[in-house]
Amino acid sequence: MASTRTRIVLGEVAARRAPADRAHVDLAEQTPLGEALVKGLVRAQLALALRLSLVVVTGLGALPLLFAVAPAVGGAKVLGVNLPWLLLGVGSFPFLVGVGWAYVRWAERNEQDFTALIRRPEQ
Amino acid sequence: MNPYVVPSLVVVVLVTIGIGAYGLRFARTTSDFLVASRSVSPSWNAAAISGEYLSAASFLGIAGLVLRYGVDVLWYPVGFAAGYLALLLFVAAPLRRSGAFTLPDFCQVRLRSPLLRRLATVFVVFIGCLYLVPQLQGAGLTFATVTGGSYGWGALAVGLVVTANVALGGMRAITFVQAFQYWLKLTALAVPVIFLVLQWQSDGRPAVAPPAGPTFAAVTTVTIQQDAVLDGTTPVEKGDELTFAAGDRVPTVSTVDAHRGADWLLPGREGSLFATYSLILATFLGTMGLPHVLVRFYTNPDGASARRTTLVVLALVGLFYLLPTLYGVLGRIYTPQLLMTGRTDAVVLLLPEAALGGGTLGQVLGALVTAGALAAFLSTSSGLLTSVAGVVFTDVLRAGRGGSVRDFRLATMLAALLPLALSLYVADMDVSRVVGLAFAVAASSFCPLLVLGIWWRGLTDVGAAAGVLAGGGAAMAAVLVTVLGPPLSGWPAQLVGEPAAWTVPLAFLVMVIGSLVTAKRVPADVGALMLRLHAPEALRL
Repeated sequence: MASTRTRIVLGEVAARRAPADRAHVDLAEQTPLGEALVKGLVRAQLALALRLSLVVVTGLGALPLLFAVAPAVGGAKVLGVNLPWLLLGVGSFPFLVGVGWAYVRWAERNEQDFTALIRRPEQ
Repeated sequence: MNPYVVPSLVVVVLVTIGIGAYGLRFARTTSDFLVASRSVSPSWNAAAISGEYLSAASFLGIAGLVLRYGVDVLWYPVGFAAGYLALLLFVAAPLRRSGAFTLPDFCQVRLRSPLLRRLATVFVVFIGCLYLVPQLQGAGLTFATVTGGSYGWGALAVGLVVTANVALGGMRAITFVQAFQYWLKLTALAVPVIFLVLQWQSDGRPAVAPPAGPTFAAVTTVTIQQDAVLDGTTPVEKGDELTFAAGDRVPTVSTVDAHRGADWLLPGREGSLFATYSLILATFLGTMGLPHVLVRFYTNPDGASARRTTLVVLALVGLFYLLPTLYGVLGRIYTPQLLMTGRTDAVVLLLPEAALGGGTLGQVLGALVTAGALAAFLSTSSGLLTSVAGVVFTDVLRAGRGGSVRDFRLATMLAALLPLALSLYVADMDVSRVVGLAFAVAASSFCPLLVLGIWWRGLTDVGAAAGVLAGGGAAMAAVLVTVLGPPLSGWPAQLVGEPAAWTVPLAFLVMVIGSLVTAKRVPADVGALMLRLHAPEALRL
């Protein structure tokens, strides 16, 4: 039986944390308000991830169906190369990287918004 | 035999050991390695992850499949790369913040269930073993192609070398070694391809897929591998040697399945729409469940850098996957004899000498791709074997903290035995197909567990175990039937050969329903867990 993981918090770090910060306390003590804040963050990140996966599903996932429904697209040539070869063999990789880049940007922005919300000075 | 091959292989091994020794000045033990890598930038870390990920299936297998089947199999490289996008979107940052080092660890952290941990262990071992098989296959094939020896001895020799290496602690998972392996693999494909394309230009751009089927580019002697019928009329026996002149049409061989005419260029010829979507689902969602991939995410200092690392991995892996396709396409012109022998996975190794001639340039480039192939199966199989042996060591032998080095060596040998036996048995399967099966099992077991565990509060241990058993178990059974069972035909063959399209939804469904039914078992501290998984570290909660 492996030992269970425990979170070790050094006394010094715990003492340094400013207790005056209300939102911080809400989060750490899991008050209803804190729960709602975390749920908001999780929902925002999940919505972002789902939206971008929808982009990939329509951009790449629809291709086999398209080739099956419209064989003319599969036979079309661009610069002397068949279109499916270009789309899958070359185009798909920059597309995936582009979607990933957008995700990293927006996910970090979501986190900054969350941090700003927690750290906002009390009125 | 090419005189440059042995020196180049020796150089690869020496440089690997050299960088490893240099890295050891900073990191002496595995745990030192983890701490040391905190000072490693996301780009180095990403090169290391890519170096471990790009296996024999990527280096040899994809080009072989393209040579055989054409555009439809490009879904393999696209899926292998897109798997990192799914990992980035749904898993990377929260998983790093969970502090889990392996998948069984994640089960323990998220659901506090020892039973689920044990179940996850079974799947890690199964997926790891299944993924090791194609690496050994690639090794055996390379050995047979380069030295002319037998496939079985090659697989056995490399399997033993890797096992001994891991068991004796020779190959430490030093970030710099793995990063070097990535750049070596990229160079080994990128440099020869420049010369190959130039040669194709100077040959007057011969057609890739002439309507009458492929023709020989030069005088070629082909050794038949199995008793078969040529062009449906002429019987030949194993070991027969046939010589063809330049310009002769390549005859069909009844035992080798390949696409021959101009329809090789068109999509939708290989397998059904169901099989294509099943493959897409397996590769897109399977990457996050591979045991040797997740371990490396722990080396990121925080969630945000885990995300950036994954993005760089996606770019590096995508860059690499531009190349194997070209080898498969040019192989159609310069190595069509592989369509007769069925050893299409060897196209990357044979193409430089076939296209550029047996002169110094062809031989040097041939040695370079062979060195790249060596790097491919050494790095992936060492990484895999280390992570599987580690899980066997802690969770199966129950060595825990009192475990000795001898126990770890025993675990390594246990973990290596099954893949070695299997690799001898499935010698005839395409390398990338076997990899696709490993991805299907990972996608139907760990993908739902990770995604629901990270994003849904309602997941319970009972629901998770039921989902893993239903989806992962079904995929596992399908793999066993495919590899060991009798050949099937019609719809059963589709459902069993490409199981992901039904096993992945099944796993999600059972997991959600099982959790809703046992909603009382949701861990009481799930709120704190969600905070830990998703809140940025900057808050210092």
